Amino acid sequence: MIEPDIDTSPHIADEIKYTTCYMCACRCGIKVHLRDGDVRYIEGNRDHPVNQGVLCGKGSAGIMKQYSPAKLKAPLLRTGPRGSGQFKEISWDEAMDIATERLANIRATDPKKLAFFTGRDQSQALTGWWASQFGTPNYAAHGGFCSVNMAAAGLYSIGGSFWEFGEPDWDHTKYLMMFGVAEDHDSNPIKIGLGKIKSRGAKFVSVNPVRTGYSAIADEWLGIRPGTDGLFLFSLIRELLISDNVDFPWLVKYTNAPWLVIQDEGAADHGLFARDDDGNPLCWDGEGKRLANALDTDVKPAVVGVYTLPDGRDAVPAFELMARRYMVPAYAPEAVADRIGLPADTIRRIAAEMAHTAFQEEVVLDVPWVDFAGRLHEQMVGRPVSFHAMRGISAHSNGFHTCRAIHLLQMLLGAIDCPGGFRYKPPFPRPVPPPQKPAGKTGQVQAGTPLQGPPLGFPTGPEDLLIDDDGKPLRLDKAYSWEAPLSAHGLMHMIITNAWKGDPYPIDTLLLFMANMGWNSSMNTAGMIDMLTDTDPDTGDYKIPYIIYSDAFWSETVAYADLVLPDTTYLERHDCISLLDRPICDADGPADAIRQPVVSPDRDVRPFQDVLIDLGARLGLPGLVDEDGSPRYPGGFPDYMVHHERAPGVGMLAGWRGENGARHGSGAPNENQLAMYKANGCFWKDELAKGQRYFKFANKDYLEYAARMGFIGKAQPVVMQIYSEILQTFRLAADGHGPVQPPDAERDRIACYFDPLPVWYEPVEQSLIDDGDYPFFAVTQRPMIMYHAWDSQNAWQRQIISRNRLYMNRGRARTMGIGEDDWVWVSSHKGRVRCQVQLMDGVNPDTVWTWNAIGKRQGAWNLDVDAPEAKQGFLLNHLISELLPEGTDKSRYSNSDPVTGQAAWYDLRVKIEKARPDEAREIAPQFEPVTPGDLLDKTPATLRYGASFRAGKKAAP
Amino acid sequence: MTSLPQAGGVRLGLVIDLDICVGCHACAVNCKEWNAGGHAAPLTDSDPYGADPAGVWFNRIHGYEVTNEMGDYGGRTVHFPKSCMHCASPDCVTVCPTGASFKRAEDGIVLVDEAKCIGCKLCSWACPYGAREFDAHEGVMKKCTLCIDRIYNENLEEADRVPACVTTCPVGARHFGDLADPKSEVAQLVADRDGYDLMPELGYQPTNKYLPPRPQPQIGGGVDRLSNDQDTVDPDSKFLQWVDKLFSR
Repeated sequence: MIEPDIDTSPHIADEIKYTTCYMCACRCGIKVHLRDGDVRYIEGNRDHPVNQGVLCGKGSAGIMKQYSPAKLKAPLLRTGPRGSGQFKEISWDEAMDIATERLANIRATDPKKLAFFTGRDQSQALTGWWASQFGTPNYAAHGGFCSVNMAAAGLYSIGGSFWEFGEPDWDHTKYLMMFGVAEDHDSNPIKIGLGKIKSRGAKFVSVNPVRTGYSAIADEWLGIRPGTDGLFLFSLIRELLISDNVDFPWLVKYTNAPWLVIQDEGAADHGLFARDDDGNPLCWDGEGKRLANALDTDVKPAVVGVYTLPDGRDAVPAFELMARRYMVPAYAPEAVADRIGLPADTIRRIAAEMAHTAFQEEVVLDVPWVDFAGRLHEQMVGRPVSFHAMRGISAHSNGFHTCRAIHLLQMLLGAIDCPGGFRYKPPFPRPVPPPQKPAGKTGQVQAGTPLQGPPLGFPTGPEDLLIDDDGKPLRLDKAYSWEAPLSAHGLMHMIITNAWKGDPYPIDTLLLFMANMGWNSSMNTAGMIDMLTDTDPDTGDYKIPYIIYSDAFWSETVAYADLVLPDTTYLERHDCISLLDRPICDADGPADAIRQPVVSPDRDVRPFQDVLIDLGARLGLPGLVDEDGSPRYPGGFPDYMVHHERAPGVGMLAGWRGENGARHGSGAPNENQLAMYKANGCFWKDELAKGQRYFKFANKDYLEYAARMGFIGKAQPVVMQIYSEILQTFRLAADGHGPVQPPDAERDRIACYFDPLPVWYEPVEQSLIDDGDYPFFAVTQRPMIMYHAWDSQNAWQRQIISRNRLYMNRGRARTMGIGEDDWVWVSSHKGRVRCQVQLMDGVNPDTVWTWNAIGKRQGAWNLDVDAPEAKQGFLLNHLISELLPEGTDKSRYSNSDPVTGQAAWYDLRVKIEKARPDEAREIAPQFEPVTPGDLLDKTPATLRYGASFRAGKKAAP
Repeated sequence: MTSLPQAGGVRLGLVIDLDICVGCHACAVNCKEWNAGGHAAPLTDSDPYGADPAGVWFNRIHGYEVTNEMGDYGGRTVHFPKSCMHCASPDCVTVCPTGASFKRAEDGIVLVDEAKCIGCKLCSWACPYGAREFDAHEGVMKKCTLCIDRIYNENLEEADRVPACVTTCPVGARHFGDLADPKSEVAQLVADRDGYDLMPELGYQPTNKYLPPRPQPQIGGGVDRLSNDQDTVDPDSKFLQWVDKLFSR
């Protein structure tokens, strides 16, 4: 036959623009192909350090986000009751006038009455700074309910952590163990890395109750019971210790293992490090038989033994305290096997595999490097065992300590920032913890005055807490109080409850950005809806007086706002992925990036960052106006990105600074900086020299570079902390020592959870619940096609998944008479949901799970009211309480990690009962629809996107 | 009936590595976005914001579990991407009454000439892989083109002249090349990894190949524990051994 002519070289794009993806928090470089002003195609940027040219399913669906009919079109002012979804469109002038008047009054009287919380945004370098210019301590982003346990545990242990702070050495590791990583965090680098290591024949072990996603390709899946990871880790640690599979030389050089800990029960310094007159920690120099400065290099410190201090008291190396803690029968594999749900033999074998890989299969790179003491090492020798962990560890109330346990295991193996191990991403490692304290103490929050520092930081003792003279919280979310002393990311999950209760005080305005607190981003969603709409019976006023919300889409939370400030999409604005924020660096060098508008908005919306800068100027915030009161950044956020300096020469972007753009790291603002970013694909990366790439905590060349770049104050080594003196200071306060002590009611709790060594305890809520009543663990995760994607659906994503089931272990379900597709009630101490079951083998038998955030409220996101997301999608959030169970002596505490305030999403326990045959076969609970009416575009019955790009085809309707 | 061309020297196709596919749907969605505006544009979606959204997708990912006698801990979760196999012996072509379905002589790619397609769907009945996608709105059959508008496209950089699903795959599970050339990278992969045909017994001779999971790595030849006497170890005796361990800083 004669084949038809085919145009194999069609014209694709009139123009290709580079920018940065925003479909999740991964922030990949993208190339956007534009044709006739529309987006023809989005692909990964091959030169970009994050994604190296690949793009995930979310990023590839960005077109449908851009053309979503759920996009808000203009500022909205509420006209009906809260939650009704009734609004009128207003002008930006009117919207800004309303917001300015409200906020000006708050700032002139009591700035803490503005609570400013942002969700999945990536602008914290701006938003946190703005909050401190405003003068409110009530600021945080979504880290408090996502990953603060990972960040805090890492920063308080090794000066870095997973994801944005570090990554496995994908090119050299021979053994990767991943804990509780759902389908993401971070998205494409993990996928690229897993492909690499499996293709090299390295072993990949996944510890996760559910065998989906990454766990599906693990060489070994360990379907552990949720929240028991700490016990598993301690058992591995015990196996390594009693078999001498510990890297002593490494521990002595780079950690506080040999530092002497004062043993004087009852004394004010019990458990602190013994120090010399200059404050240097002491060790016992076994060769010189003397006490010595543990930071000296000419000592040979002992790791065990009892030594006498000059004042006659005993002191013991931190290593011995640690070893005694874990070398006990309670952590033998047989002792923990049932509780964690793995056979004892498996635990023993995993420990043996780790030890073999670390100590028998060293990776040697012929790269010379110089250590902190100036000693030349001809080679880089690594122990190729690496770890990565995320929400499965983080979202438990024992997650801080469990994450510390992972870092302890890494330290014992000597597998940190070495070839084949976990690697820091610059600007990490930083000092343990980073030297930044939270501002907002009594007297620091004053009318008309900026906060003297950032709202978030890292306390190093009780004196850094934000509490009043009675020990009561000063922040709305009770961060940095005795309830959550190291809450480095705040407690966003508590703001609605606390604002509604007026506990610790009432606020005036809640300013939210991109945080779906009226739906899937809240625990106890139904309760949150009640609180957002609750009124004072005497006055009829809302208990939470005013809510301003910025979102690009008609999300569930929009309906609860009094004033809606519509944001643009990510393809319509400038943005900044700053080293001052959540960096996108990889282990080989620092990087940052920008977004640039690639299409123009076709509606009356503004980038939230521009709005914030405008609002700040209208309010006369010091950093946002010149001396004459005129706006300092009249060009909005792009202007700020270039010209704002946090410290002299240090701004939002590190690349192409200085007058001619020749400086990197620090330097004067450069008028052409954004143009230079755009010419380089919208990102900047500095490649470390080969000799700087490993052992960064002690690598002289790297440390000097880091100091030069402003990542660390001085070029000093970062000493890792197997034993945390900072935690001990809190415990001492609980024992009655020091000027700042907890109220009596808090003493036991602080003493219990502020153990200087990693500890495992049953997750707090579970310890208050009868396992017999609620026999199952219940967890959630997001599918890869939606992970961390704002709204979790668009026209293409929702064709892949638009409804969720409750997944149960097949064998366990059978014993309960539950079969495939059965409808069940899932109940917790807080509430119950009705949903449909799907059976699987790859789930821990004591665990049920579902996909999170698939369920939508009817009418939200401009979906039809009968969309499967609303009718067959459900939220487990209804079962998760933001407070510990009522009727217990702990019910006033939030459902959080007691150290960090991390939301304990995964501590949930439930029971499962079959729905009665006469019950409706539909999801419960359901809520009144929130339909957009005429406020949004009508949705098309048929979508023919792309038709216009094909020669001879009719244009898309 | 439509005839097949003489078997040519080139058989372009995909090799998909099931050992590392995590089921992320990147290939499916990137395929959708490329092809929505590409050779067979549009890939119509019906009821896109309603109760029953359904559209044309050239590549779909199927996920399922394989259970074995070890039960919970011995099974496997498999993600299986599936698109047109560009078979050597494609009944979807030979059943076509109008000549709309055809197999290219030069590279073996199976395509639909929409100008001749009458939407009778015989081809989709003939395809055992379910790879054909009917666009009801347009009234024509569509399918994977192996990105015919990318792989030879002189407007694209040379490195981009591969199917969208291949260039976007984050784990690197998708490979593209000439399966007829035993020296090609894809043919080598198939040879090295025992790549296989999907349902070979049907005789369609699919060009696309799948690579099975690799065997689990054996660490240290199968170490299973660190020592035999560890349960009885006395920590104090351990400390006596360690007290003389001195290391320089």
